[in-house]
Amino acid sequence: MANVDRDYQGLAFDYGRSPDQDAGVAVRHPVVVVGAGPVGLTAAIDLARRGVPVVVLDDDHKLSVGSRAICFAKRTLEIWDRLGCGDPMVEKGVSWNVGRVFFQDERVYSFDLLPDSGHRRPAFINLQQYYCEGYLHERTAALPAVDLRWRNRVTGVTPDAEGVTLEIDTPDGPYSLRADHVIACDGSRSAVRSLMGLESKGRVFRDRFLIADVRMKADFPAERWFWFDPPFHPNQSVLLHRQPDNVWRIDFQLGWDADPDLERQPERVRPRIRALLGEDADFEFEWISVYTFACLRMERFRHGRVIFAGDSAHGVSPFGARGANSGVQDADNLAWKLALVLAGKAPERLLDTYGTEREYAADENILNSTRATDFITPKSEESRLFRDAVLRLAKEHPFARRLVNSGRLSTPATLHGSALNTPDADAFGGAMVPGAPMTDAPGTMHGRPAWLLSCTGDVFTAILFAGDRGFDAATIAAIRALGTDGIPVKVLIVTPAGAAVPGADGIDCFADDDAVLARRLDASPGTCYLLRPDQHVCARWRTFDADRVRAAVARATCND
Amino acid sequence: MAILNIEPNIAQPDDFYEALIDMHRDLDAEQSRMANAHLILLLANHVGDEAVLREAMQRARALVPTSSDASRSPA
Repeated sequence: MANVDRDYQGLAFDYGRSPDQDAGVAVRHPVVVVGAGPVGLTAAIDLARRGVPVVVLDDDHKLSVGSRAICFAKRTLEIWDRLGCGDPMVEKGVSWNVGRVFFQDERVYSFDLLPDSGHRRPAFINLQQYYCEGYLHERTAALPAVDLRWRNRVTGVTPDAEGVTLEIDTPDGPYSLRADHVIACDGSRSAVRSLMGLESKGRVFRDRFLIADVRMKADFPAERWFWFDPPFHPNQSVLLHRQPDNVWRIDFQLGWDADPDLERQPERVRPRIRALLGEDADFEFEWISVYTFACLRMERFRHGRVIFAGDSAHGVSPFGARGANSGVQDADNLAWKLALVLAGKAPERLLDTYGTEREYAADENILNSTRATDFITPKSEESRLFRDAVLRLAKEHPFARRLVNSGRLSTPATLHGSALNTPDADAFGGAMVPGAPMTDAPGTMHGRPAWLLSCTGDVFTAILFAGDRGFDAATIAAIRALGTDGIPVKVLIVTPAGAAVPGADGIDCFADDDAVLARRLDASPGTCYLLRPDQHVCARWRTFDADRVRAAVARATCND
Repeated sequence: MAILNIEPNIAQPDDFYEALIDMHRDLDAEQSRMANAHLILLLANHVGDEAVLREAMQRARALVPTSSDASRSPA
């Protein structure tokens, strides 16, 4: 277990000369990831765990400077759980589920993002980006297949039909690499993107925001507090979030006319914070930044053998925590596909579905982010009039609370209509439609408390509901056979509380003790859900048939 | 295809109209705009049906005279 309290922000990593720099020719690697941020490291860890060697290039030798991204969503934590690094994040992070909205001098309402229990992870944790990157970096250290090269700046990208040639500058001078595939996770100002003459386009918002991260003792609860037009910062919005180490994120809307250089001066920021906290408030500055934002994306995320993920591919406003979270989901979507293609088990066009699925998700994020921004920063007098009317109504009128938009907080995209989904032939209720990321549920496995999501993922997994009598011998044999396919399918048998499945020794059985899972999946005995390696549902049936499972796997891997 | 009911639906139209004007009594222009905004939101939620609301919005907007309307030649 990592020492979660290290001074990650102060860490500096040594540049090390790679043997590739003395090879005389451009050494070939299956995958080169550009950028060692949350997205690049997640992609590298996922690929390395699948046995794919990964070179990671980063132009710097430090982790994130400043807190930057701080809100990591439940789905992101579940992905990091699958990769074996969720625990330090949650241990160090501040878990929260509740958001509270204020208008002028009144509390208007609060919302709970995870109202039902029975989930391993909270709706969100707040965690400084340098901690997140630190824990991911420590995870890579346990994976010899990750070759992380600090102070390696990409200066040239030349794709061709067989691969990509990268020119790289280092403190020792330049060298070249060949990659079968390049994953560009090098951020909103992506060098790879500009070297390829590509653009990320969209809408720029004419507003400025001040981030002040301050260290102080305060007794605000671990909730997201959002003020519209408060007396201490009239006509603008303010957001307060708690981070670990007694650090608080305070985000002040400033308006387009604000002078960013002036506004980031501590003597200018201090009175704004005192207006919020009181004249005698005692605090120190951790990080001050003035930002603007845009909602934009690349037209396509896959350009042959160069694949863009995270901020290089798409950008949103920070309200909603959809930046880093969607980037981690990009990595989650890509890694298993790329590993199958590299292993020769799926055609290259499977990689195109990374593009279509994540472009769809980016559009959903951009839509949510744009709508929130229009609510927070009304563009006309009428827009402002209705915004304020909604806030005034919200206190006493439940319907209006649904219209308040202080940021629709990150939830993972359900990949409706993906070509990898097998459309439903049987009737189901509930949210776990083909394309949905699987919900969590509590249960028991091998006699110990377990979470469903910890028992799935990495490989195709069929969740198969047993009745009180289990399955006949032919079904058990068919379940075992699926595990030996070229693209193996692990079967997880779900049993009612206390039931046993005769003859299923060696097959994982998950006891759905309180029938939470059966309820969330609208399942009856015989119901089968097929999950992709990234835990998205790709097919489901009321009855189990191994051949239909195989056909759905073929479809989900472009082998049909 | 009208989804929005544009046939008479208010039993006592004069009473309703008087109440609507009364709602604005003693309000200045800004306050009246606020009251109208509250009213629109309350009624919209009561109606609920998005197709009905969109048709009402289209009709409301189409009736606003614009300078381009004035200069448009007859079809």
